Amino acid sequence: MNGSPISYSDKKYKVLGTRPIRHDGTDKVTGRAIYTNDVFFPDMVHGKILRSPHPHARIKSIDTSAAEAMDGVLAVVTSKDWPELKDKVAELGEGAVNLADLAGNLLAMDKVLYKGHAIAAVAARDVHLAEEALSKIKVEYEVLPAVLWVQDAMQDDAPILHEHLRTDHMGKLGDKPTNIATHLLFEQGDVDAAMEKADVVIEREFKTASVHQAYIEPHNSVALWNEDGHLKIWTSTQGAFTCRHQVAELLQIPISSVTVTPCEIGGGFGGKISVYLEPVAALLSRKCGRPVKMVMQRDEVFEATGPTPGSYVRVKIGATREGKLIAGEGYLAYDAGAYPGGMIGPGSMCLFSCVDLPNARVNGYDVCLNKPKTQAYRAPGATQAIFAFESVMNELADTLGICPIELHLKNAAKEGTRRVDGPIYPRVGLVECLEAAKSSEHWNTPLEGPNRGRGLAAGFWFNIGLKSSVSATVNHDGTVNLLEGSTDIGGTRTSVAMQLAETLGIAAEDVHPKVVDTDSVGYTDVTGGSRTTFATGLAAYEVGLDLRQQLCQRAAMLWDCDAEEVKFDQGTFSRNGDSLTFRQLAEKLPETGEPVVGRASISKDVSTNAFGVHICDLEVDPETGKVRILRYTAIQDAGKAIHPSYVEGQLQGGAVQGIGWALNEEYYYKDDATMANASFLDYRIPTCYDLPMIDTIIVEVPNPDHPYGVRGVGETPIVPPPAAVASAIYHACGVRMFELPMSPPKLWKAISESKK
Amino acid sequence: MQSFTYHAPTSISEALQLFAKCEGTIALLAGGTDILVQLRENHRQADHVIDVKHIPELHRLGCDPTQGLVLGAAVTCSQVLHSDATQDYSALRDSAQIIGGWQIQTRASIGGNLCNSSPAADSVPSLIALGAEVDYATLEGRQTIPVREFCTGPGTNILNRRGLLIGMHLPPVGARSGSAYERFIPRYEMDIAVACAASYVELDNDGTISAVRIALGAVGPKAIGCPEAANLLVGKAADDELIQKVADQAATMASPINDMRGTIEFREHLASVLVKRTLQTALRRAAGEVIVSHPH
Amino acid sequence: MPGNAPSKTAPAKMAISTTINGQSYDFLCDPRQSLLEVLRDTLHLTGAKEGCNNGNCGACTVLIDGEPVNSCLVLAVEVAGKDLTTIEGIADKGVLHPLQQCFLEGAALQCGICTPGFIVAAKALLDKKPNPTEEEIRFSLAGNLCRCTGYDKIVRAVQAAAERIQSVQPSGGTPQRKQAQQPQAQQQQSQQQQ
Repeated sequence: MNGSPISYSDKKYKVLGTRPIRHDGTDKVTGRAIYTNDVFFPDMVHGKILRSPHPHARIKSIDTSAAEAMDGVLAVVTSKDWPELKDKVAELGEGAVNLADLAGNLLAMDKVLYKGHAIAAVAARDVHLAEEALSKIKVEYEVLPAVLWVQDAMQDDAPILHEHLRTDHMGKLGDKPTNIATHLLFEQGDVDAAMEKADVVIEREFKTASVHQAYIEPHNSVALWNEDGHLKIWTSTQGAFTCRHQVAELLQIPISSVTVTPCEIGGGFGGKISVYLEPVAALLSRKCGRPVKMVMQRDEVFEATGPTPGSYVRVKIGATREGKLIAGEGYLAYDAGAYPGGMIGPGSMCLFSCVDLPNARVNGYDVCLNKPKTQAYRAPGATQAIFAFESVMNELADTLGICPIELHLKNAAKEGTRRVDGPIYPRVGLVECLEAAKSSEHWNTPLEGPNRGRGLAAGFWFNIGLKSSVSATVNHDGTVNLLEGSTDIGGTRTSVAMQLAETLGIAAEDVHPKVVDTDSVGYTDVTGGSRTTFATGLAAYEVGLDLRQQLCQRAAMLWDCDAEEVKFDQGTFSRNGDSLTFRQLAEKLPETGEPVVGRASISKDVSTNAFGVHICDLEVDPETGKVRILRYTAIQDAGKAIHPSYVEGQLQGGAVQGIGWALNEEYYYKDDATMANASFLDYRIPTCYDLPMIDTIIVEVPNPDHPYGVRGVGETPIVPPPAAVASAIYHACGVRMFELPMSPPKLWKAISESKK
Repeated sequence: MQSFTYHAPTSISEALQLFAKCEGTIALLAGGTDILVQLRENHRQADHVIDVKHIPELHRLGCDPTQGLVLGAAVTCSQVLHSDATQDYSALRDSAQIIGGWQIQTRASIGGNLCNSSPAADSVPSLIALGAEVDYATLEGRQTIPVREFCTGPGTNILNRRGLLIGMHLPPVGARSGSAYERFIPRYEMDIAVACAASYVELDNDGTISAVRIALGAVGPKAIGCPEAANLLVGKAADDELIQKVADQAATMASPINDMRGTIEFREHLASVLVKRTLQTALRRAAGEVIVSHPH
Repeated sequence: MPGNAPSKTAPAKMAISTTINGQSYDFLCDPRQSLLEVLRDTLHLTGAKEGCNNGNCGACTVLIDGEPVNSCLVLAVEVAGKDLTTIEGIADKGVLHPLQQCFLEGAALQCGICTPGFIVAAKALLDKKPNPTEEEIRFSLAGNLCRCTGYDKIVRAVQAAAERIQSVQPSGGTPQRKQAQQPQAQQQQSQQQQ
């Protein structure tokens, strides 16, 4: 059931809140939309990558001569083809990146650090020939011991991945080789004193397995390094400009000599921000002088891209008998994968994000180990942390005999709450989401039957601002062409276009949005951080203001008056009895001089906030430990739901990813430290037969930092499910689960042991 | 995928001649849902792929009261599901509707599932429980053997890549009989069995059990029958306690391994649970109840 | 391993004739090429998507003689003489199929990569079973993975399409697709304002 939003605003809109058909929809239901793998050139060749069979080994030698000699093979590259990148650091929008690390992840330098690590690439006339050529490349390895679990990798005697790595303790470097790249500490109040005063203290530890974003479209790219030195790339990326920047830095060429065309993208969820294939395809193209297409197979996607960190989290909370939290302490160790720079920062910030907690301390560790370099996955770092925190909250509610909604309401983060890492919340909507949960039909319908339970959990994620650019042209038929740089993964063309339409008082269908290449629009940051509808939407609003102002001037020309005298209201320009609709004025524009073209760019350093609350009903089969989700409701503050259907879609899709993470998804490693389940058969994302309908309730507490009150909604919905599912399992069968996934063998074992 | 020559013989003798004639490695192709993945991922090699779908005898599908069910090797899961001929063979239908999703079932054949010889093959416990016999041909002639003797280990069988499976014969079912197949998977579809079981029961007029066959899969190198456990039921009227005893006895036959799909301990436990559940379903079906495990 | 065999001449390409979306096609293919590869790379029918290339995601679903298959698990040489339907053949001469229309109206797609496979599989379902229950839809589409939507809106779109096909086709006559083609956006807008 998906009803109308619960709004805390009295603003009325004409376009916002309606459900038009998305602009790119027809192309996508007819198979006509062009994804990267649908790009063809007449003389295009195909690239494939040779990958390490070992999780940790020194590369002693690589002999590519037999492959190069094969008929039909046009180029072979290895890390020797990178320019000199040692000690070069580049600022890539989401923090500084060591270029040698980034290059080494794409084509290994002296060591391979995980199974599937790329070693060499081949371009050949067809994909089968390229695969045959890979088998002719000879690599000699010195196999090294591997480490796969974050706590093991932190031990002094653990195999070391990077000899040069020293722990960065809040800016101070450690003095010995280690796998611990970073140690963070956030603290406020007096935790120890407050913990002493608590009536109830609960401390628990939690473990989560590595999980993959599991977008259905594998990574794929086409590169053409033209004879004039210009490099053109067509790719599946969340950020064309970020891709351009990474490619230019890795190849040490000016960004102006790279054009990145973001094709339609078949899912990303954070995993398509870092480059994998683009620079390698470029190297191959330069070597063979032809366009090169590279498409990963699914096992390559699992073994060499993503995943998001596996984690060890310990949480301790102290509360009064009445359920008021007074102290919290967290210890988080997240695996970074093969190279430093995992998700520990946001994980540590998010741990206590849902509550007002004056005394709190969080220690966070970013730890290298022999898995693929971790990447963002929808609210990166938050799900692991909040699974732990919300599980402890639910245990506190059960211990004190308080309704979990009341416990959350008693402690909810609200305007003025200071998060442990420093920021003070502006107006946020957690309390309103909890109230919506409390009055929901789901919460008020008793759950009956044996082995059934209900659980609830809250969740949080930021909306980052950053930079976006758009431009817009008024057509003489009253429509507007909108050019933007934000990759559209889930309907943002439409949510951005609707904000322009609202600003101009025209129909959503009268704005024609287009995502263009890096030569055709101003710099725009990635589609990530739940920012596109919020930040690129803000740019669309501002370009609307620009167009309105220009159009007022044109109306003034027609009416021979000052522009200030022209009023604009709901799509109509008027002055002293004269009036023209947007369309009528557009038709007259050729008489008034030059074409009307608007532009806007924004750079927002504020971060806004989205909260959600989920309710889960499920049934446990006590004989097998298998869980059936019976009913599920996702509630979230969207600020203003621009296109409610796509907001619901984000809530539903995120909730289901969270359910998958909770129940079955995991990287399963064999004894030889290689992944056993690198396929969609054995890496078990939910199928539609595993799920009920996912109900949604949209709450609208306007975001004070956006003219229409928009909050990004994409990421928060993945955060609450694991804790909601865990609580429901406890209420169904009396067993508390502290480890993700809560898969049948583990749950069955826990149930069996609880009966002993 | 290695380059290969494709052959599409239209008779059994032509196929057998190809076995003799082709140099290098050979793979037989029916639905292709296992073999093409194995070839593509280099788990198997083939210089020659012999597509057996053009041999009419491999498409036989029919049932008569004296002969029972004749099931050609290339008959697809979808055909098994939608044919009237299979309606008394519930366990086989239970299997056919969960071998992959719909897109797999339209291609995958029961014969292919058997020849792929995965320990977790969904159809094999059902074939064992239903008393199937396997017909195959080699250059030396045709032979018939009980299905339980067909697989020899994970991915291997008596054909040893030199024989051609023609089909299976399933004997007529008893007047008051029922059968069922169930597997345990972590999801509700699209998985390989962690453990699986099939049961067949036949009742006398007074309701006592006159014949029972029980089979287990995914708990050892190949699917196995559990005759000792089954015999505990013969001549008795089933009750919960007895069924549990039989299930526990059957589970002692399990010799599973630890892998990504489950632990030894979990699989041994599941073997008992699944035998119990399939016996219960088979008994209810024998009593005339219509039980559909999934919509199709 | 591929390529390790002693070098010998590659098997000759084979000439295949088949029917796709009502048109006859002839193509040459290497026996090891999948139907998906030939549809996409040779015939440039790129609507069928490659998601996993081993039969687990359903993004490459096409119909062979009306039955849904994963085209990555069919050799191109196997479709000689068959009648194929791909996503490119679902709309009828410029008029969207009710499934396509209902996917659009119901926001049943986000990234869109799984959408062609879902629509083709759902068409096969509705052709066989015009009034499926929710459970039947979910079971029949379990071989199609979607990572974006959580499936809710996909299942609802299939339900809506079934209803729409039934309502315009009470006695098995030609579907009156004109009705389905009317933009629903305005209707929905006015509902929103109520």
